[in-house]
Amino acid sequence: MLNTLADAGVNHAIPLHWFLIVAIILFAIGSAGVLARRNALTVLMSVEIMLNAVNLVFLAFARQWGDMHGHVMTFFVIAVAAAEAAIGLALVLGIFRHRKNVNLDEMNALKN
Amino acid sequence: MFLAAQTQPVVDAAAQATALLGPAIGNAHPAEFLSWVILLPLIGAFLNGVFGKRFSQSTVTTIGVGSVLLAFCFALIEVIHLSTLPAEDYLVVNGWTWFSSGELDISFAFMLDHLSSVMVLVVTGVGTLIHVFSTGYMKSDDAYWKYFSYLNLFMFSMLLLILGKNLVVLFVGWEGVGLCSYLLIGFWYKDMEKAEAGQKAFIANRIGDLAFLIATFLLIFYSHGSLDFVSEGGVASAVGHLTSSGESGESTLFVICLLYFVAATGKSAQIPLYVWLPDAMAGPTPVSALIHAATMVTAGVYVMARMNPLFAASPDAMTIVAIVGGLTAAFAATIALVQNDIKKVLAYSTVSQIGFMVLAVGVGNYVGAIFHLMTHAFFKACLFLGSGSVIHALHHEQDIRRMGGLRKKLPITNITFFVSCLAIAGIPFFSGFFSKDEILFNAIASHAIGYSPNYIAGALGFIAAACTAFYMFRLYYLTFGGTYRGDPHVYDHAHEERSMTFPLVVLGFLATFAGFVGIPHIIPHAHALDAWLSPNFAWLKDTRYYYSHNAVIEIAVMVVSSAIGIGGMLLAKAWYDKASLPVAPTQAAWHRILTNKYYVDELYAWAFIRPMRAIASGLYKVVDVAIIDGLLVKGPAKLLGFVGDRMRGLQNGDVQAYVTVIVVGLATALLFAA
Repeated sequence: MLNTLADAGVNHAIPLHWFLIVAIILFAIGSAGVLARRNALTVLMSVEIMLNAVNLVFLAFARQWGDMHGHVMTFFVIAVAAAEAAIGLALVLGIFRHRKNVNLDEMNALKN
Repeated sequence: MFLAAQTQPVVDAAAQATALLGPAIGNAHPAEFLSWVILLPLIGAFLNGVFGKRFSQSTVTTIGVGSVLLAFCFALIEVIHLSTLPAEDYLVVNGWTWFSSGELDISFAFMLDHLSSVMVLVVTGVGTLIHVFSTGYMKSDDAYWKYFSYLNLFMFSMLLLILGKNLVVLFVGWEGVGLCSYLLIGFWYKDMEKAEAGQKAFIANRIGDLAFLIATFLLIFYSHGSLDFVSEGGVASAVGHLTSSGESGESTLFVICLLYFVAATGKSAQIPLYVWLPDAMAGPTPVSALIHAATMVTAGVYVMARMNPLFAASPDAMTIVAIVGGLTAAFAATIALVQNDIKKVLAYSTVSQIGFMVLAVGVGNYVGAIFHLMTHAFFKACLFLGSGSVIHALHHEQDIRRMGGLRKKLPITNITFFVSCLAIAGIPFFSGFFSKDEILFNAIASHAIGYSPNYIAGALGFIAAACTAFYMFRLYYLTFGGTYRGDPHVYDHAHEERSMTFPLVVLGFLATFAGFVGIPHIIPHAHALDAWLSPNFAWLKDTRYYYSHNAVIEIAVMVVSSAIGIGGMLLAKAWYDKASLPVAPTQAAWHRILTNKYYVDELYAWAFIRPMRAIASGLYKVVDVAIIDGLLVKGPAKLLGFVGDRMRGLQNGDVQAYVTVIVVGLATALLFAA
């Protein structure tokens, strides 16, 4: 069935590398956010962007090759990302209650 | 030369010497009780050493004395067994193969032949008496059990030394007695001086032990895979190998003999390694009697007698042995003239008397050496135990200037001490007279066959004999004669103990009569010890070490030695047997030199110990502190510390910094992977 979709020629309306370029841009934006922002909430959001960039790559290749494995991976990533966001936000909240801010550069109790 | 008639052509003698390489070898017979002679003291040492602290004093005594007494009984049974066998035969306990490598095959086995039979009876017999004496002398010591454990361990080692079938088993005993000597000299180890005396003895002995090991290793190369004393291979075959391989063989033989002699100078306290023995008097007095007079210190003489085929084949080594023995005898005897510590006098006397034995070995008179070893064991053990009885009675007073007049207080000690003095001084018909006389005669007679240095050794022997008579009676009269010069309170309480007088009486009896086993050859076939030892030493009579028994010289030697003995005794009596202490010429140069023992300790300290200390402290500073501690131990630690200190900045706790590193690292890795 997958092969018939691929053979129908619908896959080639937009070339693969366009998807990949968008994904790279998204991933770079996300990385920059993770690396550069002080606020833990912003960092978590940037992580989501990076995950979505990866999802986009999965889907692009799934579409290219007509293979459902990419879709499966994407669902997993979305589920894990939801869980990660829930735990991450809970942690951020806990840290905020404790320290009255969520600045990552001040969370260095384990240094040296 | 009036001895010219006995002079044999040396060439013929040398030719004969190559024909015969050692005593004839008889058959070996199994011995049922021989291993018990050795094992019993070991069991005693083990029981007292491990459980002694919990045993009562009488249990410790029973185990300690009983094991040695039983060993003596078993030894006696085996010697009687030996005497029923043909002369050349001997008894063995085959034991097991200890190690073998290629041709070399060493078994842990024991042997009893005529030579070791004399030794084993002397050691276990005198040992038993000294154990009995110790029960009285040491009874108030806290470490009574430890003392008996050490003493039994010593007996075990000594018996191993005597009964070892080969050089390796002998060496185990040789080291064992050295260890026990160290343990017992430093028995009262809380006194620093005594602990140091133990160390001094151990270190001086180590030098000799090293020589023993080197000599034994050398011998392995020439002995066809066996180091047995009595076998077709072993020591005798090494001699055959070496004497038949020309100049280099002769010089190797000479070196091996000399190394065994160095070993003997360590154990038997001869020049130059004698210095430990006088200090060894720090140990309990029965120990001095057992180890440092009767048994262990004669081990060197025993080893040289054991190795007689080796020594007989190297006349140069024999001459050195004779001269060193004579020198030691005279040298130590002169030091003993002025010593004021009762045990120090006896210690130097021991060094001097062993010098006589070594002199006897050096002139090929092995029977005389063993004879003197035996009589010396009796009279010197008696003298030491007598001094122990005096020291015990006077609450550890050892200075003879504060003694005197003990005749009435210690009657049995007095009489036994006196007969032993007569024996050691060579007064006619006491034991020392016969043995010393035989050695002096042989030293003089050996000159006749072309060994002129032996004459010097003999002359030194006479000087030593004269000094011996004088200093022994000086000691006797200062201790027992005249009037008491110490604390009167101590004098009133002085008494003898029965456990201590019994051994004295037995030893005094032996010191008096033991000489009759060696009646001089002027009465033919009367020398019982010579006959008994003939399987070991009679072969020498067919080599160059044969001296015709010239009755004229023998009687002349006897008269001269008796005269100097009696003369020395009377001189000492005239000077010292009076109420007040004679004033010693302490300012005279000779007296100062003798009191300071010829400054030999100081010389050794300057020549050996000081450079050693300097080298050691240099090595400590450079190798130990700088290289090992500084570079190898602290170096890596410092390096890692430095690197860690610089690197710790990376772990700053900032999550984003870590992520940056991860991203950059991952990007770099991907870049290279692509």
